[in-house]
Amino acid sequence: MESVLKIMTCGSVDDGKSTLIGHLLYDAKMLFADQKRALELESRAMREDGVLDYSLLLDGLSAEREQGITIDVAYRYFATEKRSFVVADTPGHEAYTRNMAVAASQSDLAVLLIDAEKGVTTQTRRHLRICAMMGIREYVFAVNKMDAAGYRKDVFDRIRAGIESFVADIPHHGAQMIPLSALCGDNVAVRSAHMPWYEGPTLLGYLETVDVEAREEQGFLMPVQRVARAGGIRYLQGNVVSGEIGAGEDVTVYPGAVATKVNGILVSGKTAPRTVRGEAAAVSLTDDLDVSRGFVLASGTDLKQARMLQADILWMDEKPLMEGKNYLLKLASQTVNAGILRLKYGVDPDTGKHLACRRVEKNGLACADIVCHEDLVFDRFDRHPAMGRFILIDKVTNSTAGCGTIRFALRRTENVARQSCDVTPEDRARALGQSPRTVWFTGLSGSGKSALANELEKLLAAEGRHTMLLDGDNVRLGISKDLGFNDYDRTENIRRIAEISRLLNDAGIIVLAACISPFAADRDMAREIIGAERFMEIYVSTPLAECEKRDVKGLYKKARMGEIPNFTGINSPYEAPAASDAEIDTSGADAAALAAELLESLKGRFD
Amino acid sequence: MTKISNQEQLSRLESEAIYIMREVAAEIENPVMLYSIGKDSSVMLHLAKKAFYPEPIPFPLLHIDTTWKFREMIEFRDRIAREEGIELIVYTNEEGLRLGLDPVRDGAVYTDVMKTEALRQALDRYGFRAAFGGGRRDEEKSRAKERVFSFRNEHHTWDPRAQRPELWDLYNTRLGPGESLRVFPLSNWTERDIWAYIVREKIEVVPLYFAKERPVVQRNGNLIMVDDDRMEILPGERIERKKVRFRTLGCYPLTGGIESNAADAEAVYAETCAAVRSERTSRIIDGDAGMYSMEKRKREGYF
Repeated sequence: MESVLKIMTCGSVDDGKSTLIGHLLYDAKMLFADQKRALELESRAMREDGVLDYSLLLDGLSAEREQGITIDVAYRYFATEKRSFVVADTPGHEAYTRNMAVAASQSDLAVLLIDAEKGVTTQTRRHLRICAMMGIREYVFAVNKMDAAGYRKDVFDRIRAGIESFVADIPHHGAQMIPLSALCGDNVAVRSAHMPWYEGPTLLGYLETVDVEAREEQGFLMPVQRVARAGGIRYLQGNVVSGEIGAGEDVTVYPGAVATKVNGILVSGKTAPRTVRGEAAAVSLTDDLDVSRGFVLASGTDLKQARMLQADILWMDEKPLMEGKNYLLKLASQTVNAGILRLKYGVDPDTGKHLACRRVEKNGLACADIVCHEDLVFDRFDRHPAMGRFILIDKVTNSTAGCGTIRFALRRTENVARQSCDVTPEDRARALGQSPRTVWFTGLSGSGKSALANELEKLLAAEGRHTMLLDGDNVRLGISKDLGFNDYDRTENIRRIAEISRLLNDAGIIVLAACISPFAADRDMAREIIGAERFMEIYVSTPLAECEKRDVKGLYKKARMGEIPNFTGINSPYEAPAASDAEIDTSGADAAALAAELLESLKGRFD
Repeated sequence: MTKISNQEQLSRLESEAIYIMREVAAEIENPVMLYSIGKDSSVMLHLAKKAFYPEPIPFPLLHIDTTWKFREMIEFRDRIAREEGIELIVYTNEEGLRLGLDPVRDGAVYTDVMKTEALRQALDRYGFRAAFGGGRRDEEKSRAKERVFSFRNEHHTWDPRAQRPELWDLYNTRLGPGESLRVFPLSNWTERDIWAYIVREKIEVVPLYFAKERPVVQRNGNLIMVDDDRMEILPGERIERKKVRFRTLGCYPLTGGIESNAADAEAVYAETCAAVRSERTSRIIDGDAGMYSMEKRKREGYF
């Protein structure tokens, strides 16, 4: 018996998707008598000619019927003698592209409808690209409305040639093309008498027999969803997403790649010798390891454990995706804070061409470098799909803002091909007799960052150190004078200060950087650019009330009067560091004394 | 329609439901399982036991009691809770009870107050952030469009146009203050899968699902069981004894039986495979507000 086939349908508005599936259900005698009667009654109510409107079987929401279009994915379940099917009928309208992606993520095969009179459209190519990104590898191109095109072979041949030329660029196993009429039923379940020139299968015939090759994945993988305890034993509960494992076999626990053995296995609430892909299991280990949700058990394959990765992204939120923005990233059972480090390029959904981009709007496709705030365990999407796909969640609205599939883990050394120099940063540091570091002061405007940095530099200079102070305000008067204060420009400003700090560090110089840098993701970016071993974060935590009282530059007053938009602490947030190297409140204290204290706490770091 | 649900398919559905339950238990504080005493609830409870074994089920069951359920349902509910040692919360809308609402006479108002309103009250009172329901997408057209994790605002309202995208098996369980989730682990099951699973796993269900001679009256084309003497016999109606069973269970005056000889789960499964009418035709309440009745009730905070 064949397994269940999960199908999705996609196409532009009015290509007749719902009609096609409705007709398929009708022809395959998949309707209950009362559903059939309701269809006949409703068709009569909605259409004057009384012709059966098969789409009424699927467009379930009242708003959809009123507007005559499909808004959301509808799932239908039916079975023939040969196979069971789950059909996801999806919206064609561009505004609902994200719902199409939802359906694609749940399907094995996509049926793309093409209007015989219109041929391949931008929407067809967009849908194909999204299906490919979500992991679909089996396609049927249903050239619909052949009745309106006079059932002509040359019409079909021309469209077929068009499809062949662009499907070649998309990873796929199968691409079947079928001329049909959803309205009249030609080649839907019954072979058409009008198109004797077509010798291939009907749509239903093809779907009943197509072999959706289960992709062979290497090794065993089980992300841990939760831990149960009973009789002093910890049971790691989760679904097996690849391969199989047996009691007594070796297994590796990520993160950390710790080697251990499987002690016992429960499947379906009973002890079992083995567990295989697709099963909900509970596994106990021979070693008492502190494993919790988010860990992954692996065997016969290795996973990446890293903080930076490059991924293809489909954006779904009203608020655009921008560099420097921070989201929650959920992958398997892990949820971590993650920032968009760099938008590499946008993708034209029609041509697949790469476009320069600074932001990605709803329904847009892009490639981005992402930095997680802690280690993430993952793999490339094409190697282990379940470990290579993720969603991005907006931390304020909690909406599912986007989804992505991982290309590879990024390391700075892998990422950049540098010209090598014979004199290295280490040589330069040695010549100056110091360890170059970047001391990064973050905090509200007026918190005393510049004063502290200034005092610290005086002390370092007195010790004979070679230093440079980068003050946020001074930088904005020079190298960043083209930038404003929106989120994007703020992120870019931080990136520039970080790059300059890195160059100075490479030159052997100790850098003191004083800038508000309100976003955690931006500071993480700075840490990545400069290098974690060189970067020291000093949180100047003087309370807002005190900063506002000082108001050295009169900016708080202006901000309170609404004259300055996006002013940190007033109408733009400040994200305090979770773990800084030092925290200093300058309220009522002398900057010189605090700087001396700070230098003492950093003793030895510059030698 | 003679396809037998195959074992592989049932196991896949079982794994998916267990995965969903574990996600909720791991990520959401204070979940609850809606227990309607029907066959879908029996399957859900069975799956929950498997999902968390060897631990007990880490959440209570909640039954919204309209006081008009079949007597056999209440007996079954209390016995199962006792035998399984599960915490069962029974909630009734006391205000509705005081008003003396009647399922037949008060129709839509009765359903609103005793079911929809009662559910909202119970979820608010106990502060449940997520509630499992046994809803399946094959039941009804608006359910076919609903996500597995169905987001509700602070008024328990479902907005079908603003559903969160649900990608792969990555469920977003983040909630703001007052917001909650309805979670449907059986979304992808069909009525036949349910019966095939009940047969395979030997799951106990309320005996009302099996054919037996019962006192019924004919009313608007439905066979309504006279379960107690609160039921008003209308002029022209006559109590007959017929061999009937029920495809769905709810308030007895609103639930139509079908004539059948299927006296055990195997026989019911065989009849389900040969059925020519959809399941919900035996539920009178769905039809009373026109063709979008279920969508309307969902928008108002019902399951």
